[in-house]
Amino acid sequence: MIDIQNITKKFGKLAVLQDINLSFQKGQCIALIGPNGCGKTTLIKAILGMVLPDSGSITVNGKSILGEYLYRNNIGYMPQIGRYPDNMTIGQIIEMIKKVRNSTADLDEELIRAFELDKMFDKQMRTLSGGTTQKVSAVLAFLFNPEVLILDEPTAGLDPLASEILKEKIIREKEKGKLILITSHLLSELDDLITEIIFMQEGKVHFHQKIEDLKASTQEDKISKAIAKILKNNRHEPHY
Amino acid sequence: MNRIIKIILLDILKNKIVLAYTLILAALSWSSFALEDNSAKGLLTILNVILFTVPLVSILFSTIYLYNSSEFIELLLSQPIKRRKIWTSLFLGLSLSMVLAFGIGAGIPLLVNAPDSVGLMMIAIGCLISVIFVALAFLSSILTRDKAKGIGIAIMTWLFFALLFDGIVLFLLFQLADYPIENAMVGITALSPIDLARIQILMHLDVSAMMGYTGAIFKDFFGTSIGLIVSFLLLCLWVIVPFFISLKKFNQKDL
Repeated sequence: MIDIQNITKKFGKLAVLQDINLSFQKGQCIALIGPNGCGKTTLIKAILGMVLPDSGSITVNGKSILGEYLYRNNIGYMPQIGRYPDNMTIGQIIEMIKKVRNSTADLDEELIRAFELDKMFDKQMRTLSGGTTQKVSAVLAFLFNPEVLILDEPTAGLDPLASEILKEKIIREKEKGKLILITSHLLSELDDLITEIIFMQEGKVHFHQKIEDLKASTQEDKISKAIAKILKNNRHEPHY
Repeated sequence: MNRIIKIILLDILKNKIVLAYTLILAALSWSSFALEDNSAKGLLTILNVILFTVPLVSILFSTIYLYNSSEFIELLLSQPIKRRKIWTSLFLGLSLSMVLAFGIGAGIPLLVNAPDSVGLMMIAIGCLISVIFVALAFLSSILTRDKAKGIGIAIMTWLFFALLFDGIVLFLLFQLADYPIENAMVGITALSPIDLARIQILMHLDVSAMMGYTGAIFKDFFGTSIGLIVSFLLLCLWVIVPFFISLKKFNQKDL
């Protein structure tokens, strides 16, 4: 569904993405993990067309996204740090996005009720806590029933109750056969969610494996332990 | 496109600064007509107001508004909307609100007190100057990510066109007084939208006689209908060029 070929991106002299090749299919739930500053968010923003890669191509459903915008109809994006106009209320933001999208598709307002945002509709965005802002971001990502969900650190900043609600929602959407892309540092949270894992380091894809393969090859049943084992083994390899 | 322009326009009109700007323009315009006994003198007073405050408010307000809507731009970019559309909508929204403020603040007193060709000309030029400086604001805010730097560039741009440019022209005029530079002067005025606007209106106020030989040359060029069309086209270029440069940069910007 999404194909990424030979993407490179430099910010000044810093090479953030170096020759990335990835391919995501429907029904997959992919975790994008890696240390801070390894290029996860840049990769996501490149898929969304917010960052323009220096070279390489990204295709969604077989079409290049360069200069395109309609493909974003099928994508719900939850940013790591949601930034919204200060003087608008939650209700106004949601209304505005509905107007901008002008979508006739069924709206998925389940999360608004689950997060009890409808009671805070007239609160201004600047008065919201970080967690509540995250909830608004999550609502906007799921609102239009998109085929692809891109979630950048979805549970960071959410309280345990809210993050459980969000996790259950993600699992339900995954069962509907949607493509879900998650970045996260909380490996323990990913256990019952994901089907594949991508580990990035210094702008390169370190490995891209199915969860079963990963668990089988490391003989661990927890993702966090499996990753730790791989990283430990790598350390013994000589560096060239 | 209309939906986004509407959202932006409503957001700007809610802003109290625009309201205050309209009221100040109205107060200045009404009082300058009330103070002078003939409308030509009133027009000259308003001319100076237009050429000084309108550019300043247009460029500063637009630059600050653009920096403050970076979140809004980011939010829209993750939605299925063309980049070009977002930037153009912002430009149209800001231009429209600045023109509206000028139209209500200065346009109404002008129409009431000087309902002739000069009055209409003044309104047209005021609107154009507003849009030109909104376009320059777009250029200055796309040049740097740093808000303080961007506002600094905006203020310098205004300072250059409102004060420095005249100083430079005057300096050249005195230094090169022995040479026949009158025709070159006409060309140089095209380099500043404010001077272009000022000369255009002065030509219609019949005070160009006070400008000596250079004034006569100006009259020869700007006084004719071709000169009028050319100077309006030049003013339009001052809108189009900065805006398109900024649009091009915005299309390639990483957010």
